[in-house]
Amino acid sequence: MTPAPTKKKATPAKAAAARRSAPTAPRTLAEFMTLALAMETEAAERYAEFADAMEMHNNLEVAALFRKLAGIEGKHAAQIMAEMGWREAPAMPPGRATWEGFEAPETTPGDEVHYLMQPYHALKLAEYNEQRAAEFFEHFAEAGLPAEVRAAALEMAADEREHVRLIRDWLAKYPVPEPGWDEDPDPPAVAD
Amino acid sequence: MNAPTPPAPLTFAAYKSAYKPIWCPGCGDYSVLSSVTKALAKVQVPPHEVVVVSGIGCSSRIPAYTTCYGFHGVHGRALAAGTGLKVARPELTVLVAGGDGDGYSIGGNHFLHACRRNVDLTYLVMDNHVYGMTKGQASPTTEPDWDNKLSPGGTGIRSFHPLVIALASGANFVARAFAGDPNGTAEIIAQAIRHPGFSFVEILSPCVTFRPEQRNWKQLAHPAPVEPTDDPARAARRIMTDDGFNIGVLYAGSRPAYPTGAGRAKQTPADLEAEFLL
Repeated sequence: MTPAPTKKKATPAKAAAARRSAPTAPRTLAEFMTLALAMETEAAERYAEFADAMEMHNNLEVAALFRKLAGIEGKHAAQIMAEMGWREAPAMPPGRATWEGFEAPETTPGDEVHYLMQPYHALKLAEYNEQRAAEFFEHFAEAGLPAEVRAAALEMAADEREHVRLIRDWLAKYPVPEPGWDEDPDPPAVAD
Repeated sequence: MNAPTPPAPLTFAAYKSAYKPIWCPGCGDYSVLSSVTKALAKVQVPPHEVVVVSGIGCSSRIPAYTTCYGFHGVHGRALAAGTGLKVARPELTVLVAGGDGDGYSIGGNHFLHACRRNVDLTYLVMDNHVYGMTKGQASPTTEPDWDNKLSPGGTGIRSFHPLVIALASGANFVARAFAGDPNGTAEIIAQAIRHPGFSFVEILSPCVTFRPEQRNWKQLAHPAPVEPTDDPARAARRIMTDDGFNIGVLYAGSRPAYPTGAGRAKQTPADLEAEFLL
């Protein structure tokens, strides 16, 4: 049986992250908001990619959910652009060590989905992403950065915590999937 | 009089077609597609000046998902078509894409000679160590002990090592990327496009359907701890001794690219005819 797509706070990821560089701390409000914008944009793009994939596999309920999540993240990105008065997204700070891992903390890794996944799974992924985003911003709020960066980080962290709460409310409407939810009577894989 | 407004830079969205990919959800090729479009936005070459040539297999569907010109060719022959295209139309940016089966088995001989010729094109191989489209047979890069229904106990055959073979055959740029790092992959592809000569990028792209254990790759992949070298001997040592998950540009050489267009001796039809006179 294929593993469940729900993310676990696995320790191997921490080991891999330790071999990469620590995220670069932003020094100005503009740098901080550039990071925040990149996070929201990347999350929106990944959710939209998942929505397309689920539509192609006729999992329309989950596709609609991912489309909605993409819209929500896209609105956050637009809000940051408006608040900063930006007409174009600014370039990210140079260098690779922007995030602890390969992708931003609010982005679901591309391999965490399954064509038979249910809305519950999609919302668990979203819950995990929002939690990681909140922790990311809280880290900067505690990092001895300039006051305006700290204030913005605290505000963003509070927003993400609120999103965690809203997603948990949303999750309560969906049943926990039964074991074997990913069993397909006509599976694509013959190699098992 | 106001100066004309320069055109807005092309974003990655300009390179994405309206067709939705039909890869399995979770497939690494989605991220590779995203990286290709982001790389093209970095180099700012307009879509009508780019051609994506592919062979056969899941990953070879990629041309249809871009707004660039595309050629979905014959199994294993993408490099032959791409080479001919670049020689005939050197002003175009040519990307050749495919999978490990297409590129290293059916097209293995073309791979060697494309590296040797050093025509200025970029070859992207989405390597998942399995034939996905035909339901999970072992490919040239499959581990010899991969146990499955189609090859019980594993094939027992040593895995093909594409990076060192590319280097030994004369590729001018050799890199390894990982689909789980789409931004890093985009940067590597952009560097590969800019680098003259034959650029080879091996992209570890998990197949979650037939090799679900490859989800673990995101715990194993890591940036290469060294800068690219232009010394083939040093690059070979690094590639042969690394853990297979070093991500980055591993070799960037300075061998002149195969001359095309203005760099080639101009021949008229009469010259060609004269060559064949008995």
